[in-house]
Amino acid sequence: MPITKRRRLVLRSAATCVAVALGATALTACGSEDSEAESGPVSLTYWTWTPGMDKVVDLWNKGPGKKDRITVTVKKQASGDTLVTKILTAHKAGKAPDLVQAEYQALPTLVSNDAVADIAGDVGDAKGKFADGVWQQTTLGTDAVYAVPQDIGPMMFYYREDLFKKYGLTVPTTWEEFAKTARALKKQAPDTDLTTFSANDSGLFAGLAQQAGAKWWTTSGDKWNVGIDDAATQKVARFWGDLVKEGAVDNQPMYTPAWNKALNTGKQIAWVSAVWAPGTLTTAAPDTKGKWAMAPLPQWSRSDNVTGSWGGSSTAVTTDSGNKEAAAKFATWLNTDGDALNALAKEGGIYPASTSAQLSGAFTTPPDYFSNQPDFYAKAAEIAESTAPSAWGPNVNVAYTTFKDAFGKAAKDKSDFAAALKTMQDDTVADLEKQGFEVSE
Amino acid sequence: MTSTSRKAYGVKGAPYAFLMPATVLFLLFFALPIGYAVWLSFRKVKVSGLGLGSGARKEVWAGLENYTDALTDNELVAGALRVLGYGCIVVPVMLGLALLFALMLDSEKVRLAPVTRLAIFLPYAIPGVVAALLWGFLYLPDVSPFYFVLEKLGLPQPDLLDGGPLYLALSNIAVWGGTGFNMIVIYTSLQAIPTEVYEAARLDGATPLQIALRIKIPMVAPSLVLTFFFSIIATLQVFNEPTTLKPLTNSVSTTWSPLMKVYQDAFGKGDIYAAAAQATIIALATLLLSFGFLRAANRRNKQEASR
Repeated sequence: MPITKRRRLVLRSAATCVAVALGATALTACGSEDSEAESGPVSLTYWTWTPGMDKVVDLWNKGPGKKDRITVTVKKQASGDTLVTKILTAHKAGKAPDLVQAEYQALPTLVSNDAVADIAGDVGDAKGKFADGVWQQTTLGTDAVYAVPQDIGPMMFYYREDLFKKYGLTVPTTWEEFAKTARALKKQAPDTDLTTFSANDSGLFAGLAQQAGAKWWTTSGDKWNVGIDDAATQKVARFWGDLVKEGAVDNQPMYTPAWNKALNTGKQIAWVSAVWAPGTLTTAAPDTKGKWAMAPLPQWSRSDNVTGSWGGSSTAVTTDSGNKEAAAKFATWLNTDGDALNALAKEGGIYPASTSAQLSGAFTTPPDYFSNQPDFYAKAAEIAESTAPSAWGPNVNVAYTTFKDAFGKAAKDKSDFAAALKTMQDDTVADLEKQGFEVSE
Repeated sequence: MTSTSRKAYGVKGAPYAFLMPATVLFLLFFALPIGYAVWLSFRKVKVSGLGLGSGARKEVWAGLENYTDALTDNELVAGALRVLGYGCIVVPVMLGLALLFALMLDSEKVRLAPVTRLAIFLPYAIPGVVAALLWGFLYLPDVSPFYFVLEKLGLPQPDLLDGGPLYLALSNIAVWGGTGFNMIVIYTSLQAIPTEVYEAARLDGATPLQIALRIKIPMVAPSLVLTFFFSIIATLQVFNEPTTLKPLTNSVSTTWSPLMKVYQDAFGKGDIYAAAAQATIIALATLLLSFGFLRAANRRNKQEASR
């Protein structure tokens, strides 16, 4: 009996707390409405997943931010798609932070949900600091500017220099040579694979298609055009499908303990990846440090010199922000200022989108893991310049999810990749139509 | 006179006053979110034009569209079938083992009962995600010590993360984690059986096996019903294990179980409306199945009691 009494008491006081808490949120909600103050101190919140961002922001808060009386607070977040969902949810409640980190392919989704603001008037001459292909991803081909580019992920070919020598292989410069290399290796060492076709990171396939010249989302007038099942992507799908089918490359996913072991023990001797690979290899294959080398991505024809991008993100200002001008000012500083970018590279390990930063400061020496390749970043900057333009649409998330399931199944069954690509196209179009977008056939 | 009537009124109102906090909490944190989810399930998003810029996206009434979509979605049905297959392995094996262990612990000849009980119960204390990760590592041929031993012995090395064996692999995780809990539930009710009943049985010449089969099992039937009920619900809601194993293999899709599809639609595709409709359907199916089972079990009990 006394226990029940106490429990009810607890319950009642909990209810009171709830009422108080609700009242408090209502109050803060009212409070944040009228913060469109141009003068006076401004405080901004920034959602990002880059490690060490708080230290970079400290530079701002103690330097230019102090002068302009703009203080930025970092709230560390989960990366990628998870954050997009969180931003959209927060935006629905009108409570998105002032600044968010967003991957390039997520920008159309955010723009289409009216979550990020057009900051074209507030970024000054930032455009000139970036390669055209990179900048275009933040404008979505319009006159608006929805974000400032932060980092990019130009794709490259990584291989075990020592094992290539041991097996008498040469570094492939075309995809045809790549296939030949895979077969030659299989013949010499049946237990060893050149690499794997992994279906658990859609960004890799998107980047490869981009290199081949695919444009997955384009617009004509008021209509979207989905070109996932276009000739260029079909070529890429067929190429990898054939390699998997004949067993020339492995079909198991990346980022598993088994994959780490395969890289670390020389069971897989190459990896099609991007500029951030040194970080991944450091943790996945620590024993092979100094044995890897980086080369440009193989090309579809000998005369080409083009690469795709895998990863990369930008800093966007939300429509919920009461201080868009101040937020845009910070975003521009963060991604164009030399000191800021140096700190970002040092603390966060990012590869900057800003072209001038790609060869200065932290990027004059190779990453620790690649100490055997002194010109790593000089080469990387050269490759970054050859990045093909990309074309993202408002439901990249749907295409990416379908990719994982359809290609995962096709890779497992060693079945037709063309059919999987068709599924990806159909599901993406169906989703657009379901949402009410106009899609041209 | 007036004072008595006020008193009477006060007493009448007291229960409601006492109920208030619980009711408020129930409405706020249970009924309201459910109601909101159901409301969302009848809505959808409508985009105009290219969908860029402000005001291009509107939430509109969808009627039963989300429900018809969900019910005609092959993937949701396929997911339900997969979970059914998984449940057909998990529930009998887990409850069978739990009952067996409980009976063995309850028998008089057992030694080190507390230690054994704890050892069997311990996996339940390990979070589902951790358990799935742990087993996932053991299932991966390249890093698993089991495969190392199999290889050294020259025995066949089955791929546990594909096809039929995948169901065994997933079930194994659930059985490993859940047996201990169910065993404790059954064991507790075994302990509650008065010893006179056993004495009487023994005087009648019953062997320990007969006591177990004819007395103990029928007398713990209510806890068996309860554990079965819990297991059905847990099976229908399976999410942790396949989600954790998903990155390790191509065989587990992002929509392997119905709940994974809900998660995928809500957070992968950003379509909370379709996800809300599917969640409602799953909740109704769970309710129907579990309460249908409870009613059937109760009816049987009543029949037996009246016999």
